[in-house]
Amino acid sequence: MSKIIDGLLYTKDHEWLKVEGTEATVGITDYAQTSLGEIVYVELPVVDDEFSAKEEIANVESVKAASAIYSPVSGTVSEVNEELSDNPELLNKDSYSNFIFKLKDIKMEEDLLDAEAYREYLKTLD
Amino acid sequence: MYSYIPHTFGDEKKMLEAIGVNSIDELFVDLKEGGCLLKDFLNIDEGLSEEEVIRKVKKLAKLNVQGVSFLGAGVYDHIIPSAVTSLSSLPGFVTSYTPYQAEISQGILEAFFEFQTMICSLTSLPVSNATLYDGASAAAEAASLILSSKRSCNEIIVSSTISPFSLECIKTWIKGTGNILVILPEKEGVSDFDVLEGLITNKTAGLMVQTPNKYGFFEDLTGISSIVHSFKGLFAISSDPLSLTLQKSQGQWGSDIAIGDTQSLGVPMAFGGPSAGYMAVSDALMRKIPGRIVGKTFDNQGNTAYVLTLQAREQHIKRERATSNICSNEALISIMNVIYTSQLGFKGMKEAALQSRAKAQYLFEGLKKLSFVSTKNNDFFLEFPIEFDSLERLEKFLFLLKEKGIFGGVRLYSLTKNKEDEKTLLVAVTEKRTKEELDEYLEIVGRLENE
Repeated sequence: MSKIIDGLLYTKDHEWLKVEGTEATVGITDYAQTSLGEIVYVELPVVDDEFSAKEEIANVESVKAASAIYSPVSGTVSEVNEELSDNPELLNKDSYSNFIFKLKDIKMEEDLLDAEAYREYLKTLD
Repeated sequence: MYSYIPHTFGDEKKMLEAIGVNSIDELFVDLKEGGCLLKDFLNIDEGLSEEEVIRKVKKLAKLNVQGVSFLGAGVYDHIIPSAVTSLSSLPGFVTSYTPYQAEISQGILEAFFEFQTMICSLTSLPVSNATLYDGASAAAEAASLILSSKRSCNEIIVSSTISPFSLECIKTWIKGTGNILVILPEKEGVSDFDVLEGLITNKTAGLMVQTPNKYGFFEDLTGISSIVHSFKGLFAISSDPLSLTLQKSQGQWGSDIAIGDTQSLGVPMAFGGPSAGYMAVSDALMRKIPGRIVGKTFDNQGNTAYVLTLQAREQHIKRERATSNICSNEALISIMNVIYTSQLGFKGMKEAALQSRAKAQYLFEGLKKLSFVSTKNNDFFLEFPIEFDSLERLEKFLFLLKEKGIFGGVRLYSLTKNKEDEKTLLVAVTEKRTKEELDEYLEIVGRLENE
């Protein structure tokens, strides 16, 4: 059973986000890192670049596949987790305590899931 | 001549039956209705027998004019050691296509690995791919890399002194992408860097220049990388790889991307192609480089093994999100390059470059004396432009040389289609030209002095 943390928001593309005011911290879920397998590279966005919701913002490469990460909300990149450049496997270790990027000036989206809804959604995938 | 199509009429009939159509033409009915198909057959002769084909082609080949070449503009008549020709002619190299399971061909991958190593040491940049299609496509790929590096930027500054073929390729690629090509003007045959800073906006993604440039002149790139990096832009330099034995390499100039065409490393002129493009980048751009990178590793028994380590931007990895459409490489050409460089070594390559430059200088000094010719600076590699006082004189000049079996140079106008280039001739001299050939050239054109 994949780990899901209460209080975070989720997308159907398996990203989590923690919203604080107009800022959001974004990462991938435990389900995502398990499905990807051993992660070997994370392509981070560039700080100050603007993204609309559902736009490709980063890439995660594993030994199995290269997958895009889509921006869950619109906003401007305020910080990226540089540590992932050298240690991408941190996402396998704990995908929730290692964020990928932060966005500021965000505009919320309606179709974000809460922990319960995401849990239900994962059940439909098995 | 037998067409060597393997399936028989019987096979065809079976296949047509399986998909439920009566004839091959029936497969294209919708095209016919749309008016896309020709109504009549083309007026083409019946096929010939093998013997007849050989006769016909030999007859055509006789029409070719053998001559002494001073042609250049990107493709040069260098000496090619016969080892390059004979080794690269092995059927295993000439006829094989990249296997879909690339690691099956360890030898080919090893050659690519050597090629990459050679490009890295020439350019002083750490990551090289296993070739692009040619110098012009490498320039377009570099432009694409620069423009995709920052989302908020959609402008690229390209010097007007880069090869007209590269410029054309960049223009074609940029069309319809929403990106903007800004041309850095030239002054006295080299990029006018005095106006560079005025062209930079908050949308500028980077700069591309070429040295030796389209005229053959070396560009002075002192301080340019700091300007480009001050706005976090990317800096690409295109160079003839042979020239890198004489001038600062792309890495030494502080650029992020090195590109160029490898024809000068053991590849015949062959009417202008095929050749290969090269690209090397900084570590930071490793995942952005188009094409494929071959790596050296060990298999589970500890044997050396070569693998396609990265092909991050290719379509079969990134599918519809691919940012480059290159899906292969110039395998045979890169093998020729590797054989050439291993035959000559850095020392031999430097010798070829030095001799080319010295001989080009000799011809340049001779031509400079002609009253009807004007020249720009003399800081060139192996090619230089001369401008004539009239178009008629230029034509007479080329005519007289051609009568004696000498191809005197490339008319710049034929490449750029710029009216102001009409009276300019690009003359290229390689180490292959002898003093006798250079003197004959000068003697012939000297006759124009009395007319």
